[in-house]
Amino acid sequence: MTGPRLTDALRAVAGRDLLSAMRHRADLLTTLIFFVIVASLFPLGVGSETALLRLMGPGVVWVAALLASMLALARLFASDYADGTLEQLVLAPHPLTMLVLAKVAAHWLASGLPLVIVAPLLGLQFDLSADALLVLLASLLLGTPTLSLIGAVGAALTLGVRGGGALLSLLVLPLYVPVLIFGAGAVEASAAGLGAAAHLSLLGALLLAALVFAPWATAVSLRIAVE
Amino acid sequence: MTININWFKYSSPASFYPLAGKLTPWFFVAAALLGIWGAYISFFVAPTDAQQGEAYRIIFIHVPAAWMSMFIYVVMAFWAGVGLAFNTRLSSMVASALAPTGAMMTFVALWTGSLWGKPMWGTWWVWDARLTSELILLFLYFGFMALQAAIDDPRRADKAGAVIALVGVINVPIIYFSVKWWNTLHQGASVSLTKSPSMATTMLVGMLLMALAFWMYSIAVMLMRLRCIILERERNSDWVKDLKERQP
Repeated sequence: MTGPRLTDALRAVAGRDLLSAMRHRADLLTTLIFFVIVASLFPLGVGSETALLRLMGPGVVWVAALLASMLALARLFASDYADGTLEQLVLAPHPLTMLVLAKVAAHWLASGLPLVIVAPLLGLQFDLSADALLVLLASLLLGTPTLSLIGAVGAALTLGVRGGGALLSLLVLPLYVPVLIFGAGAVEASAAGLGAAAHLSLLGALLLAALVFAPWATAVSLRIAVE
Repeated sequence: MTININWFKYSSPASFYPLAGKLTPWFFVAAALLGIWGAYISFFVAPTDAQQGEAYRIIFIHVPAAWMSMFIYVVMAFWAGVGLAFNTRLSSMVASALAPTGAMMTFVALWTGSLWGKPMWGTWWVWDARLTSELILLFLYFGFMALQAAIDDPRRADKAGAVIALVGVINVPIIYFSVKWWNTLHQGASVSLTKSPSMATTMLVGMLLMALAFWMYSIAVMLMRLRCIILERERNSDWVKDLKERQP
């Protein structure tokens, strides 16, 4: 077969998305700052007692990460849909599932990974111990790719649909519940001395399941959207 | 002797529309009879619970509604999936017709659960595994309906709804178990298939009759809603114009 190989195509798709993300750095920073602001609002709302904050910290950081990664989802396919790139991807000789996976990977590197890196700083604001911070980092590292993968299905379904943003949150947030529970649970379990291994394993299992199902569902949804 | 019925005949909205019209009253009658019988057993025959007093009788509404809320979601996802896979319009319409009834059952289950929780647990709401996953199920129904309502092209709405319903149906067990491990206060399942029922037989009979009544009601309402959806979508076709009901 002539034409580009699959690996080249995947590298081209991911590279293009990363390049375009770097050229729109303000968008990435907005998501990141949103993450920091949301997490910083909680102590202002519930008071600054250290014991309370330490208890709430993991959950608050996780909820903030969830909301921030949901905000970033709108960018995943929207510009490609608007300028016709998406149709070219659908028509490409390579399996759309793999191309979707490359796009989601690039999206996570650009918008998910920064959240993971900033999260320990927020954890310090909530007076989390060094161990808890490490577990928080690990749980976000395993959890945020799952959020991007699940979110991609919602982003594809709401392409060009009325009230896209609010609708996207209605579709995606209920599906995020297990990731939130095990992510925040990992930190709480390690703080309680139970060890975080079980929660982290479950997060890994969710990630693997999402890796199998989500790109396929996203590809189906994209075909429906460009039909 | 074999009876040859061409079931595929009824996969066309035009031929299903009159059949649905004929079936609807029967399902309503069945729902009413079963409901009256079930309510009589539930409220007059079934004994008062030793620990929970008369307040326990709310489970005769609560448990059937909770069963139906989950069952309808699975049926809805099944028909939506059939519609997506075989491109049959009627299947997708069935899925759309089921969603509001399913959401209503979920809401009834939550509401009666909270009414029951007040005297039993002393609080309207606890973050218990089954209550929480029922709440998330309600959100899933809302998501399905909101997505379909936001898309103007009915065929795209059908297919997009099918994807989210199928994603939801895979997620419901995951959500259920994650919430369960997260926190649980709820009493064990009232009716279980693996061990003998932990309740009096009359209570079980009342609950099953009520569940059947809810089931028949759901089918009747679904058929009514389906007829509306069919008329709305096919309003420009000849057979709708020729409908007897429209003749003056």
